[in-house]
Amino acid sequence: MKKKKKWPEDWQDLNPGCMVFEPGSAREYHTGSWRAERPIFDESKCIRCGVCYIFCPEGCISQNKNGYFEADLDYCKGCGICAHECWPRAIKMIEEG
Amino acid sequence: MSKRIGMEIALAAAEAVALCKPDVVAAYPITPNTHVPEHLSDIVAEGRLDAEFICVESEHSALSACCGASGAGARSFTATSSQGLAYMSEIIPIASSMRLPVVMIVGNRALSGPINIWNDQSDIMYQRDSGWISMFAANGQETIDMAIQAFKIAEHRDVMLPVNVNLDGFQLTHVVEPMEMPDQKEVDSFLPPFKPIATLHPDKIVSMGTLGLPEIFNETAKSKDEILKDSRRVILEVWKEWEEKFGRKYEPIEACEARGSDVLLMTLGSMGETAEVAVEEARKDGISVGLLKLKLWRPFPFEELRKAVKGCKVLAVLDRAVSYGGPGGPVFSEVRSAFYDMQERPVVINEIIGLGGRDVPVSDFRKIIEKSVQAIKTKPEEEYEIFGVRGS
Repeated sequence: MKKKKKWPEDWQDLNPGCMVFEPGSAREYHTGSWRAERPIFDESKCIRCGVCYIFCPEGCISQNKNGYFEADLDYCKGCGICAHECWPRAIKMIEEG
Repeated sequence: MSKRIGMEIALAAAEAVALCKPDVVAAYPITPNTHVPEHLSDIVAEGRLDAEFICVESEHSALSACCGASGAGARSFTATSSQGLAYMSEIIPIASSMRLPVVMIVGNRALSGPINIWNDQSDIMYQRDSGWISMFAANGQETIDMAIQAFKIAEHRDVMLPVNVNLDGFQLTHVVEPMEMPDQKEVDSFLPPFKPIATLHPDKIVSMGTLGLPEIFNETAKSKDEILKDSRRVILEVWKEWEEKFGRKYEPIEACEARGSDVLLMTLGSMGETAEVAVEEARKDGISVGLLKLKLWRPFPFEELRKAVKGCKVLAVLDRAVSYGGPGGPVFSEVRSAFYDMQERPVVINEIIGLGGRDVPVSDFRKIIEKSVQAIKTKPEEEYEIFGVRGS
């Protein structure tokens, strides 16, 4: 299968006004590549309150089938807001690398 | 049939815009352009125009509302001056980069400070590089004609760019002049309904104003530049059609007595009318002088300019704005750059006149003509001067 181009090759290929006619295409842009730190969720401390899910500005935290929370690392920018807000201190930010 | 009217130009401009049947008008009042949106709001209130008139709380919101409306497929119009235009700054390049054909009338006024409500062209020059088509009217007739032409040019499928039509504050906005006002039938036959590329409608999803990564940004800049330059073709087409329909000719540079003249003055906006009187007088006195009235500021008519100065010895460029710490006036800067590769080029001098409403009578233009004639023999030491400054 031909790999889909990430962006238009030449200036003539741009849509007028850079309009995007394909819905949901922002999903293809993995903002997680910016990340310097990643969140580590400690399920032994987590009370499943969901405060991390509410505060995540990227909307990349979701609840798994066991009721615990995890971040989608394709989109998590590593801002650390979840760790800051988590009052049982179940989230720790560790350096990438 | 067109009707001969005598009317304040700002009001006539609003009448002309109403003939174009905009769907949305969003504006905030600011001197000296206030009468344009004020009169449009009257026209809407009287039921003569079926438009949404949005009383916004600022010019930033006015242009934002126009951009949103234009994205939704509405023909959109706004008008402003000076600080109001400056307050729109953030949205101005967004309208052009999103290819939203908003039309704006600018009643040109000095930018503060000191605070000044009177005319010069420093407000629009501040927005020079924002990707809009920019034209200047020299009188009332040109104002109403350009206001109507602007919608057709902006909404042409090959253009889809915003257009600003400039008229000098007070000198034009508040002056009563005789004009030919086209009728609704004529405008309808000239201006087709707006057909947007896409509209913000949930039935057919589209995203406008998205992020552009470094990987495409050079390409977006190239595209903006090429499309704005290419709009010249459409502008000339529209002006040709206008001439055929209404009998009034429009050119990027209008030449008066220019061929074979040793000295040429070059003006932008209403000062062209006064300069014309001075040129006629000087010619009666045997001085070989002509006039170039620049009407199209962006895209800049380089080709026409080079042709227009053929054989001329001195070109005096008259600016109504200063590029502080730079080359003088903004028009002068463009003109000199246009001549760089020419083998035979005139001496170019720059007189910056009429700032913040300073009156420029015919006698001042005569002095500038006199100085230009002297420049045939000796090139002045100063490349530019702010004309008539006390203490220099």
